[in-house]
Amino acid sequence: MRLNIVSLVLAAAAVCVAPLAHSFEIEHRQNFASKAAQPVTLRILSTADIDLFAPLILSFQAENPKVAVTYHAVSSTELMRALQDEQAPYDIAVSSAMDLQTKLANDGFALAHRSTETNLLPEWGKWRDHVFAFTQEPAAIVLSAKAFANLPVPQTRQDLISVLRDHPDLFRGRVGTYDVRSSGLGYLFATQDARTSETFWRLAEVMGHLDIQLYCCSGAMIDDVSSGKIAVAYNVLGSYAMARRDAKANIHIITPQDFTTVMLRTALIPTTAQRPALAGQFIDHLIRAAWLDETTDNYPFPDINRDPLASNTSLRPIRMGPGLLVYLDKLKKRQFLNEWENAILQP
Amino acid sequence: MRFLLVEDNEQLAKAICDRLSLDSHIVDHAGNLSLASEHVAATTYDLILLDIMLPDGDGRRFLRRYRAGAGKTPVIVLTARSEVSDRVGVLDLGADDYITKPFDFSELEARCRAVLRRQGGGASNCKRFGNVDFDALAGTVTLNGTATALRNKELRLLEVFFNAPEQIFSKSKLVDRLFSYDEDVSENAIEVYVARLRKHIEGSNVRIITVRGLGYRLSLA
Amino acid sequence: MSAELKATGSIRRRLSLQLLSNAALLTLLLVFIVRSFAQQLAEQSQDNILMASVTSILDASAIQQGELIVDIPYSAFSMLSNLSDDRVFYRIDKNSVFLTGYDDLPNPASVKNTGSPIFSTEIYQDREIRMVTASRRLALENQPVELRVSVAQTRNGQDQTLEEISRMAMLFGGGFFAISAVLALFSAQSTVGPLRRLASAVSRRGPRDLRPVTDRVPAEMVPLVKSLNQFIERLKISLTRSEDFIAEAAHRVRTPLATVRAQAEITLRRVEKDENRASLKEMIRAIDDSSRAAGQLLDHAMVTFRTDHLEQSQIDLAALVGETVDRLKAVAELKDIDLTYNENDPAKISGDAILIQNAVRNLLDNAIKYSPMDSRVSVELVRQTPWVILSFHDQGLGFPQTGAAGLTKRFARGSNVAGIVGSGLGLTIADEVARAHGGDLKIANNADGVGACVSISFPLS
Repeated sequence: MRLNIVSLVLAAAAVCVAPLAHSFEIEHRQNFASKAAQPVTLRILSTADIDLFAPLILSFQAENPKVAVTYHAVSSTELMRALQDEQAPYDIAVSSAMDLQTKLANDGFALAHRSTETNLLPEWGKWRDHVFAFTQEPAAIVLSAKAFANLPVPQTRQDLISVLRDHPDLFRGRVGTYDVRSSGLGYLFATQDARTSETFWRLAEVMGHLDIQLYCCSGAMIDDVSSGKIAVAYNVLGSYAMARRDAKANIHIITPQDFTTVMLRTALIPTTAQRPALAGQFIDHLIRAAWLDETTDNYPFPDINRDPLASNTSLRPIRMGPGLLVYLDKLKKRQFLNEWENAILQP
Repeated sequence: MRFLLVEDNEQLAKAICDRLSLDSHIVDHAGNLSLASEHVAATTYDLILLDIMLPDGDGRRFLRRYRAGAGKTPVIVLTARSEVSDRVGVLDLGADDYITKPFDFSELEARCRAVLRRQGGGASNCKRFGNVDFDALAGTVTLNGTATALRNKELRLLEVFFNAPEQIFSKSKLVDRLFSYDEDVSENAIEVYVARLRKHIEGSNVRIITVRGLGYRLSLA
Repeated sequence: MSAELKATGSIRRRLSLQLLSNAALLTLLLVFIVRSFAQQLAEQSQDNILMASVTSILDASAIQQGELIVDIPYSAFSMLSNLSDDRVFYRIDKNSVFLTGYDDLPNPASVKNTGSPIFSTEIYQDREIRMVTASRRLALENQPVELRVSVAQTRNGQDQTLEEISRMAMLFGGGFFAISAVLALFSAQSTVGPLRRLASAVSRRGPRDLRPVTDRVPAEMVPLVKSLNQFIERLKISLTRSEDFIAEAAHRVRTPLATVRAQAEITLRRVEKDENRASLKEMIRAIDDSSRAAGQLLDHAMVTFRTDHLEQSQIDLAALVGETVDRLKAVAELKDIDLTYNENDPAKISGDAILIQNAVRNLLDNAIKYSPMDSRVSVELVRQTPWVILSFHDQGLGFPQTGAAGLTKRFARGSNVAGIVGSGLGLTIADEVARAHGGDLKIANNADGVGACVSISFPLS
C-alpha cells in the first residue's frame, strides 16, 4: 500500500517534472507567485544572482499582478546549452555573456521585438532588435583593504604589475581571476582585454608566476578577498562588488584608469518562448527601469550613462555586434586558450 | 424762284425743268458735279435740287464741299435709293430735306416752301395785288396790316390766282392743282375753298369773280 | 439659326492627357532607373565590405613553424556591423576541407575560379544571404595549400535600404510628376490660348462687321485665318453685290418713272378735254402705284435682310418718332391733315434704328394715306412697363370687320380701300420689325367707330 502511494507520488512528480527534464544544470531556482486566480507564468533563464535581480521582477509584478515568474539561475555556458542545444522553453534569457547572446541571436535562436521602448535605445544598446542591453557593469579589480593597508593602491594594470613584481611573497597564492575555460563572462572579459592592450598578457604572466587561483564566479572571488584569503581579484564584476555591503569595509573596488572594460548585460526572447508578448513587455520594463526611469529604487545596477565616454575616457563598453563572434570561433578560441594556459598555468 | 437742278438723266431733267417753269420758276440745269460747281460759283440760287448718283461722283461729296465752302443755299436731295440707307448721310452732310423719285410736285413744292420758311430771310415771296399782300412762303395774306394764316389748300389756291391775276381758271384745272391724283374729288369741292378765300380777302379791293360756265378769276374790284 | 456644332474631343484635353501620360511614363522610367542604380550601389557596398572582411581573414593567415595558422582578425567581423545589423555567417576551408565556421554554409556554385573572388547570393536557414568567397594559395612544405574563406550576411539591411530608396524614388517621382502635370496643364492652356483669343475676337464682332481678321496668330493657325478671311471677303462681295443690286434696281426703275410722272403732270396742265385729263390722272395714279410698290418691296427686302442679323443699339424711340413725324408733316399738310404727336413718356429701346424708323414711317404713311382731307392723325407714345406702345390714330375708313387679322400678310389689302393707291406691304413690314424686336403689332378700329388705331409695341431696354 505504502509502496503504491509512494510510486504514485513519484509518478506524479515525474509527470510534473517531465516537461522540465533537461541535462543542463540549474544552480538556483525561485518562484515569484502571483495573487491572481489564474496567473500567467513568465519563465526566465538568467546568469544573474537572484537576489540582485529580484527587484526588477517584483516591480514588474507590481505593474502586472496576474503574472507569476519562474526564475532559473545558470552559468552562461549552461544557458547556451539550454537554448542552443536543448531548445528549452524559456520566455526570457538574461546573460552577462554578450558574445554568447549575440551568437544566439545571429544563429536564429532569438525572436525580434520592437516597441516604443526599444526605439528609444541608442544604437549601441541593442543588436538587430533581438538583443537588448539593460545594464552597464564594469570589470573591476577588487583588492583586500588589509593587504594594501601599507601599499599604494594601484590604479592601472601597470601599477598592479609593479606591485605584484615588487612583493612576490606577499601575493604568492593570493591572486585570483576567472577560469576562462569554464566561465563565459570570464572568457569575454579576457578576450576583450587581450584585444585592447598587450598589458593583459604581461599581467597574466605575472599572475601565473604567483600561483594564481581560478574561480568560476565573481561572488566567490569577492568572498575570498573580503575574508582575506586572496588579496587581489582581477576582472571582477564591479556591480556585484558594489552591491556587497557586507564586504564594503574590507575591499577596494578599482576601475583601472588605463582602460576599464564595461559589460552590458543583455536580455533576449528565445524562439522557444511560450509567451513572447509577455516577454516583450518584460523587456520593455527592463529598458524603462534601466534607461528611462530616474528613480533607482527598482534598479539594482549602476546607473546607465548614455554617453559613457564623455564622462570617463577610460571606460570601454563592449560593442554588440558580429565582432563578438570572432572569439567564439573554435580555431580562434583554441588559439586563445592555448596562449592563456601558457601564461596563467605555466606548465 | 430760282432753282439749280443737278441731275444727269436728260429726260428727267427736262421734265422737271418744264414742270417747274409752268409755275413761273426759273431753273438752271447742271448734268454733272463740275458743271454744278461752276453754276453755284456764278449764280445765287434760292434752292438747289441735287441728285445723288452723278457720272463724275457722288452728290454727297458735292454737298459736303459746298457746305464746307460756306454755301448757304438750301439743298433738297433727289434720291432714287431707298430712303433709309441715304437718310442719315444726307441730312448730316448739310441737306435740308430729301424727296424720293418719282415725286409728286405738290409735295416738292410743299417741301421747298417748308425749307425756305425755315431758312428765314432770303427770297421774299411777297406778291401784292391791289391792297392785299400774299406771302406764299409764309402762307399768309395780309390785309390792312393784319396777317392771316392760310391753310394748305387755301394757300395753294390763292397762289394760283396771284401768279396769274385776271386769268380764268376752270374748276377742273383748279382741282388738278389742289388735289393729289388719287383723291377723287368733285369740282364742287373747289367752291368750298373759293368761298373760304373770299372770306379772307373780304374788305379789300380784290375779288374772286365767278365767270359762269368758265371758272374763276382774281381781279381788282 | 446656325446649325448646332458637335464638338469631337477637345484639343486642350487631348494635349493635357498626352503631356500627362508622357510625364507619367517618364516618371516611371526615372523611378525605375533611380531605383536600379541605387540598388546596384547598395549591393556593391555590401559586396565591398564582405570582400574586405574576407580579405582581412586571408591576409591574417600565414605559415608559421611548418603550420598553417588561420587567424580571424577581430575587425573582420566587427567591420560588418558598420553597414547594417545583419546576421553573419562564415566558413573557412583548407584544401576544400572544412576548418571552422558554419559547416552547413553552402559553397558557391562556380568554385573552379580560384583566382578572383566570387560574389553570390544563396539561401541559408531559409533566408537570402549575400556571400563573398575568395581563396589564397600558400605553400606548406612544398605542397600547395589552398585556403578558402567565405563570409556572408543576410540582406535585411539591403532590403531596408532598398525600401528607403524606393520610397525616396517614389516621392521624388511623385514630385516630378506633380510639377510636370502642372506644367503640362499650363502648356495645354497656353497652346489653346491663341485659338481662344481668335474665337473671342471674332465673336465679339457685330453682325455687320465684315472686316478681315487681322489678329496675330501662330503659324499653324494662319491657313485657318486665311480661309476665314477669304470667306469673309466672298460674303462681303456677295452682300455688296446684293446691296448694289438693290440700289441699282431702285435707281433704274425710279428715274424713268420720275420722268414719266413729271411729263404726265406737265401734260395734264395743258390738256382741256375731260377724257384726256382723266386718262392722264389714271397714268399718274399707276405710276404712283408702281413706285410705291417698288419702294415697299425694296423696304421689305431690306427688313428681311436686317432682321436676320439684328443689330442692337440703344434707341431713343421718342426722338426717332419725332423725326419721322417732322418728315411727313409736309405730306400731311397737302391734305390739310392735322398731324399731332404726343410723346408722353421717354422711352429707350434696344434694336435696329433703321428698321424701326422704317416701320414707323410705313405706319404713319399708312395713317395719312387712308385719312380724308381736313382730318386729324395723332401719334401717341405711352410707356407701359415692360413695354412702350406707339399708336397711330386716324379718322379714315377704319379696318374691315372681317379679315382684319390677315392684313399683315403680304400684299393683303382691306376690302374697303380698293380705290386708294397702296401695295399692302406697309403693315407686313411693321409687323415683321415688331416681332423681330420682341414686340408686336395690333390693329383695331377706334372705339368711337371713326377711323382706325394701329399700335406697335417694343420691349423697353
